[in-house]
Amino acid sequence: MTDASVTPTAAPKPNTSLHQTDARTRKRNAAEKRFKAYGIAAILVGVTFLVILAVSIIRSGLPAFTQTVISVPFTLTQEQFDDAESQLFKTKAYSGHFNSALVETLKAEGLEVSADAKAFERILGKTGGTLREFYAENPDKLGQEVDFELSASSRVDGYMNGRVTRENMEDSRFLEKADLDTVDALIEVGIIKEAFNWNFITGADSGVDNPGGAGIGASVVGSFFMMLVVLFLSLPIGVAASIYLEEFAPQNKFTDLIEVNISNLAAVPSIVFGILGLAVFIQFMHLPQSAPLVGGLVLTLMTLPTIIISTRASLKAVPPSIRDAALGVGASKMQAVFHHVLPLAMPGILTGTIIGLAQALGETAPLLLIGMVGFVARGYPDGFIAGFTEPNSAMPAQIYTWAARADVGFYEKAWGGIIILLLFLLTMNILAVILRRRFERRW
Amino acid sequence: MIAAASIAILTTIGIVLSLVFNTVEFFRLYNAWDFFFGVEWAPSFSGRGGASELGVLPLLWGTLYISIVALAVAIPIGLFSAIYLSEYASPRVRAIAKPALEVLAGIPTIVYGLFALLTVGPLLVSVFGEGGYLGVDWQGGGRAVLTAGIVMGMMLIPFVSSLSDDIINAVPQAMRDGSYGLGATQSETIRQVVLPAALPGIVGAILLAASRAIGETMIVVLGAGAAARLSLNPFEAMTTVTAKIVSQLTGDSDFASPEALVAFALGMTLFVLTLGLNVIALYIVRKYREQYD
Repeated sequence: MTDASVTPTAAPKPNTSLHQTDARTRKRNAAEKRFKAYGIAAILVGVTFLVILAVSIIRSGLPAFTQTVISVPFTLTQEQFDDAESQLFKTKAYSGHFNSALVETLKAEGLEVSADAKAFERILGKTGGTLREFYAENPDKLGQEVDFELSASSRVDGYMNGRVTRENMEDSRFLEKADLDTVDALIEVGIIKEAFNWNFITGADSGVDNPGGAGIGASVVGSFFMMLVVLFLSLPIGVAASIYLEEFAPQNKFTDLIEVNISNLAAVPSIVFGILGLAVFIQFMHLPQSAPLVGGLVLTLMTLPTIIISTRASLKAVPPSIRDAALGVGASKMQAVFHHVLPLAMPGILTGTIIGLAQALGETAPLLLIGMVGFVARGYPDGFIAGFTEPNSAMPAQIYTWAARADVGFYEKAWGGIIILLLFLLTMNILAVILRRRFERRW
Repeated sequence: MIAAASIAILTTIGIVLSLVFNTVEFFRLYNAWDFFFGVEWAPSFSGRGGASELGVLPLLWGTLYISIVALAVAIPIGLFSAIYLSEYASPRVRAIAKPALEVLAGIPTIVYGLFALLTVGPLLVSVFGEGGYLGVDWQGGGRAVLTAGIVMGMMLIPFVSSLSDDIINAVPQAMRDGSYGLGATQSETIRQVVLPAALPGIVGAILLAASRAIGETMIVVLGAGAAARLSLNPFEAMTTVTAKIVSQLTGDSDFASPEALVAFALGMTLFVLTLGLNVIALYIVRKYREQYD
């Protein structure tokens, strides 16, 4: 205190004006601007990440939806049919007829191509089998002109969408540089063109050497059955658990334990749930491996905490006056909850459930452990029950399988699969937002 | 309803039991000391036991290293975004930028995994690899610590930013007003008043993000590689606990062999690690919350 009278005589105050900023103020203002710029930069970086992600998904994924087809009018006469059927290599004979017809068509267009049967096979794939199958089923088409749309080989497909170029390709048994001249000629006359690849959406997975024929349809069905299991288990269990905890549970050690458990389970890594599924459902209960049923059960356990937490939040949002009014006019506790509170909380519960399902739909790690990877889903399950118990893949597992394969052609399919997966997630999230907007009530 | 509520407990018991039994089984076949302190990870798939070296340290190091890289990306970006959004941004900017960042959290991890493998990996090689823009030959292949770390950091941005945003918003306005009244600029207020007040909560948020990073599977399976090594080079491929759980359990090996059972011991390690982090994080967040209410 006594020092106070001594210190003021330190330095005379400099003559400055508020209108003239001194060095220190300038420094502080600069620091202020810098700090603000850091914030803007951080947000821009975050948004840039999002944009790069979106662009690379769309750019790499869209080619999966188109397919290079060769459309040729082709007539097979009865004599040619009999001739082909009488030979040892029947499909080869069919290809021969087709190729010579193709060369004729090109000649009529004024184009000379020098390509042997091997070259045609490299470009068109094995046409003979498809042709033979067609004429075996439709013998009445013999002698008539039929417009064939045959899918080109995956390398030609890659050439069409820029994955394979003259510079980066090497001659191999799949495609040679000389073949590209033929392909260019075919493109010029419109025989090779791009078409929408329905097979990718509806088809099943193909073998490791045929990226062109791979489709995601079967795994969408697998995911669908898994989501059915998740929905029909986690919604009732989640709602029942939340109602108990929120409306009926006494405050004791047991309910405390449940609450701690739920909040911890929500943060357990998903792969640990996979280990649980492997040990309990497959090792211990001997449920079938790779079945959507097991996947659904594991995902149910994983989504339950999410659903319970959001359901409790929406139950909590219903004001106590509703309960009091119901109880006041003579309703039992059960009636008050089930007739009044639950219907009012329903939109919130559904929103939470949809978001939980969307999370479960994109989850991959647990599915790897219960054997949904490496399994080639070659067809659709036959029947409703089989949909649950027969081995199948699921969308994210299928994407992972494709990404892990050696053939580069599958990467495109993996990106395409991601577009489909994200479309599903987007739909579910929009649905959740609409539900919330539509039914949200402020009390 | 009580039964439904108990499913949460049953799940936890199921997880713990399935981990404990198989882990005990594993330690009967393999020395626990060698598992926890072994610096060599070289499972053999040919025979049973004996030939395999199953030390967890290289895997833990890989996990830790990738998580550190991820957090080094996510913390500055997430934190500065949160500060800007809560303190500077106009309501319109906030209404656009906040959901845009949160979209990053809703994207399935398989998407990030593929992004790491097919976009970020090749991009990094074209910068740091042989004949790249920098003219250095540091990175041999697309799969590397850096690849997985950067992509995982992207994924974690919204975790850090959303939680920090909530926590910064919870700091009472009176504290800011007091600081402004003393003549502090906005950034000085944030740095010297708001952030210290919000620090425990932010640390909690970062710990939650870290536990997320440690438990993340798909990004490291696709982006980080399969080679277990103890190295400081971020351009090298390394592997993590989660990636090895997947590879040990999806192979063809017999479930009773130590090579498969080690996955359960790894799972146990992972479970204990993440649980510990979560408990600490929740404790910090909860303790902090009581201060202003």
